[in-house]
Amino acid sequence: MLIGKVIGETVATHKHPSHVGRKAMLVQPLNLDGSNRGDAVIALDSADAGVGDRVLLVIEGFSAMTSVGRPNSPIDAAILGVIDEVHLHE
Amino acid sequence: MYLGRVTGCVWSTAKDPNLSAQKLLIVQPLNTALEPNGRQIVCTDAVGVGIGETIYYCRGKESSFPFLPVEVPTDTTIVAVVDSVRVE
Amino acid sequence: MILARVAGNVVATRKDPRLEGQKLLIVRPVSPDGKDEANYLIAVDVVGAGSKELVLVVSGSSARMAEGCKDKPVDAAIVGIVDSVHLEKKK
Repeated sequence: MLIGKVIGETVATHKHPSHVGRKAMLVQPLNLDGSNRGDAVIALDSADAGVGDRVLLVIEGFSAMTSVGRPNSPIDAAILGVIDEVHLHE
Repeated sequence: MYLGRVTGCVWSTAKDPNLSAQKLLIVQPLNTALEPNGRQIVCTDAVGVGIGETIYYCRGKESSFPFLPVEVPTDTTIVAVVDSVRVE
Repeated sequence: MILARVAGNVVATRKDPRLEGQKLLIVRPVSPDGKDEANYLIAVDVVGAGSKELVLVVSGSSARMAEGCKDKPVDAAIVGIVDSVHLEKKK
């Protein structure tokens, strides 16, 4: 899992049935210092996240598809949770 | 999933039998400003898209799931046509 | 599996119900000769690792074979606390 920031959302009417009813959010993966880590990804939302939220981002098929309740679907990334706090030791 | 734009298609006669019914499209990955980002890739299509459309695609083994029970050897599949993108 | 050092933790109240009660730790990969990398990942802790400890992290679908992680949305798990690492001396 990674820390991500929700930077936007996409609207798609014509999509695979497994994606219907789930928000497709644009999430920027972050480094621990808050800088960007690679390119933004589209993640389906299972935690009712909003733009600006820091989130638990998973880029792994099984975790992503089961968290949005759609097993065996073409889903490779999802928001698993909304982060309240990050504690770094030292 | 990742944003992209369909820029063309590929015709192939001699291919894996499980790919035989598949449309193969060329996709230019895009960044969140919808500008080209990285090299173009070949995707299978799970929704029926046209050339020029903005789409998002799925990567990895999950890409083959829309075609089950046929086990299509693909690692990138288009799963949605994007109407709009809002970035704050 | 990789060696990693515990560098922090994450608190999330609103999350996938299957993650409830799981400790989410931030770990930084460490090379076998002890150098910390700048990279990080968030892993579920099943062994009770503490701050700064050197741990074993398993990632990918194998992470769900860790105790209590079956069928959970987990892609990295801490499965051991490292006591020591022995490396053959470079010639």
